[in-house]
Amino acid sequence: MSAVVSPIREPLITGSKTYHQITEDLISPTERTPPMAWVIGLILSIITFSFGAFCIVWTIWHGIGTWDLNRTIGWGWDITNFVWWIGIGHAGTLISAILLLFRQKWRTGVNRAAEAMTIFAVMCAGLFPVIHMGRVWLAIFIFPYPNTRGPLWPNFNSPLLWDVFAISTYFTVSLLFWYTGLVPDFATIRDRASGFRKKIYNFLSFGWTGSAKHWQRWESLSLILAGIATPLVLSVHTIVSFDFATSVIPGWHTTIFPPYFVAGAIFSGFAMVLTLMLVTRKLLKLEDYITVEHVESMNKVILATGSIVGVAYLTELFISWYSGYVYEQFAFFNRALGPYWWAYFGMMFCNVLSPQFFWSKKLRRNVLFTFFMSIFINIGMWFERFVIIATTLARDYLPSSWSFYSPTWVEIGIFIGTIGLFFVLYLGFTRVAPVVAVAEIKSILKTGGDQYVGPKNAQKMAQKLEDAHAHEAH
Amino acid sequence: MAHKNMDVVYGLYDDEVIMMDAVKQANKEHLDIMDVYSPFPVHGLDPLLGLEESRLHIAGFIFGAMGTLTAFLGMTWIFTKDWPIIFGGKPYWSVPAFIPITFELTVLFAAIGMVVTFYTICGLGPGVTNPYLDDRITDDKFCIAFDKSNVDVSAVESFFASTGASEVNQKTI
Repeated sequence: MSAVVSPIREPLITGSKTYHQITEDLISPTERTPPMAWVIGLILSIITFSFGAFCIVWTIWHGIGTWDLNRTIGWGWDITNFVWWIGIGHAGTLISAILLLFRQKWRTGVNRAAEAMTIFAVMCAGLFPVIHMGRVWLAIFIFPYPNTRGPLWPNFNSPLLWDVFAISTYFTVSLLFWYTGLVPDFATIRDRASGFRKKIYNFLSFGWTGSAKHWQRWESLSLILAGIATPLVLSVHTIVSFDFATSVIPGWHTTIFPPYFVAGAIFSGFAMVLTLMLVTRKLLKLEDYITVEHVESMNKVILATGSIVGVAYLTELFISWYSGYVYEQFAFFNRALGPYWWAYFGMMFCNVLSPQFFWSKKLRRNVLFTFFMSIFINIGMWFERFVIIATTLARDYLPSSWSFYSPTWVEIGIFIGTIGLFFVLYLGFTRVAPVVAVAEIKSILKTGGDQYVGPKNAQKMAQKLEDAHAHEAH
Repeated sequence: MAHKNMDVVYGLYDDEVIMMDAVKQANKEHLDIMDVYSPFPVHGLDPLLGLEESRLHIAGFIFGAMGTLTAFLGMTWIFTKDWPIIFGGKPYWSVPAFIPITFELTVLFAAIGMVVTFYTICGLGPGVTNPYLDDRITDDKFCIAFDKSNVDVSAVESFFASTGASEVNQKTI
C-alpha cells in the first residue's frame, strides 16, 4: 500500500505470510484438539478456582471473621488483591486504545489477548470488594435505583462509589470494544466451520459479511471507542487511588497517588501481558506474529513506567521528610523499617531495580529473561499494594491500637482462587477465539510483513520509492 | 439486508491492490458496483465507492451528552431536592465531587449507544444470518459484486476478465 514505512523498521510479521496462511495459523488453534499442556493447565486452574470458590462460600457462610482483619487493619489481602487485579486489567485497554490512537502497528499482535486479559482481570478484581461487603446479597445497594428505603441513595461524594461506577463502566466498555473486534474474526471461523460449530459461530459473528460500508463503520467505531477508552483507562486507576488519597491516613493522603497508580497499573499490566503472551506464543506457535520486536516494544513500556513508579517511590520518601509532618514521616519510616520491612524491600527490588536491566537491548530481546522479569514485576506490584494498604494501616496514630496482620488460609485461598478463575477464562478464550486479531494482522501485512519491509528489503523499498517519485515527476 | 432474492454476479480478487484498480476501472466504465467485500478494511476504498464518511461519531456525541446530563442532573436532583444530606460539611450541590461519576456515565452511555447504533444500522446482531457470497471473503479473497438487474452481465464479465479477477460467479441472495 501507499503508507510510508521506514526501511530500517523491523518487520512485525515474519515467515513471509500470505493472507490465507495468516488465517490458517491463527484460526487453526481453535479447530485442533487441545494439546496436553492446555488440558493440564485447565485442570490445575479448575482445581485452584474450586478451592477459591470454597473459600468464598466459607467466608460468606461464617462471615468476614474468618479473615485476619481487625479494628486497626480494616483492609488487608482483599483490597490488595483488588487493586492488583485492577492494575493488571489496565494494559489491555492501553494497548488497544492508546496505541491505536498513536498508530502503533505492533499493537495488533497482542491487543486481542491483552483485552481478554483485561476483562478477566477486572472480573477477578470485582469479586474482592463484593465479598468484603460481608452480606453479598445486599451488594445491589451500591447502585442508585428507586427503592422502598426512602428512597435512600448512595453517597455520590464518596470515592468508593466512584469506584463502582468507574469499574463497571470500564468493564462494560472493554467488553464492547473487545467483542466488536472479535466479530469479523468469528465470521472467519464461521466460514471455515461446518455443522453445529458453524451454527455457534454464526450466532457469535452477528451475521458479519465484510461489506465495505460495514468495515468503514467498524473502523470509525473502533477509533471513537479508543478515543473515549483512553481517558477512561486513566480515570479508573485515578479513582482507585482516590479511595486512598481522599482519606486522612498518613501515607495515603497525597496528591501524587493518581499518576503514580496509573503508571503502576500500566507497568503491572504489561508484565502480565508478557507473562501470558510468552507462554501463549510458544504453545500456539505464534512466534511469527508475536515477534521479539513486540517483546522489545513492551519491555520499553515496562522500563518507562517502571522508572516512573521508581521516581514516585522516591518522591514520596522525599516529601514525607520535607513536609516536616511527623505522622507522614513515621508512616514512611514504618514502611521501610517497620514490621513489614520485607514487603517494602520486595517492592523496591522488583519494581525499581529489576526493570532497569531493560536499558540493555540484549536483555530486552531475551525472551526467557523477559519472562522471569515479568513474574518479578507481578510480585513486586502485589507487594506495592500490600505496603500501601496493610503496612500503613498497621501503625496508625495511637500506639495503643497498633496491630499486626497476616492472612488466614481463607484469604490466601480466595487469592489463589482468583488466579485459577483468571486462567480458566484465559485458557477457555484461547480455544474459542483467535488469540491474535486476524483481520487486523492482515491489514498490516503489507506494511509489517517481512517480505515487504525490514532491513533486508531496504534496497528494494528505496528503489520502489525512487520509481514512485520518478513516476510522479512525469 | 434490505434486498431479497437478488441475482448477483461477483468476481473474486487475490489482492486488495488489484481489486482497488478494478474498482477504479469499473468507475471509468460506469458499472454500478453493488458492494465490495473484503477480509479486512481496505484503506482508500471508500472514496472510490462514493461512500460518505460514517456519522457514527455524531451518534456517539449525542449519547455521551445524554450520559453527562443523566449523571449530573440526576445527582443534582437527588442531593438538592429528593434527599439532601450534608457530607463532610460540603454544600448539598458539591459540583467537584460529581465530576467522576458524570465522566464515567458519559463514557458508558456513549460506548453502549454507539455500539448498539453500529449493529442496528449495519443490520448485524446476535443470531442474525445475512446472505453472503463466498466463504473465502473472510479469508483471503476480495470481492466486487454487481446487482444483475442493474448491469449488463456480458460487460461485467469482460470487465472481470480484463481486471484480473481470479474467479467469477453468480449467486442469488
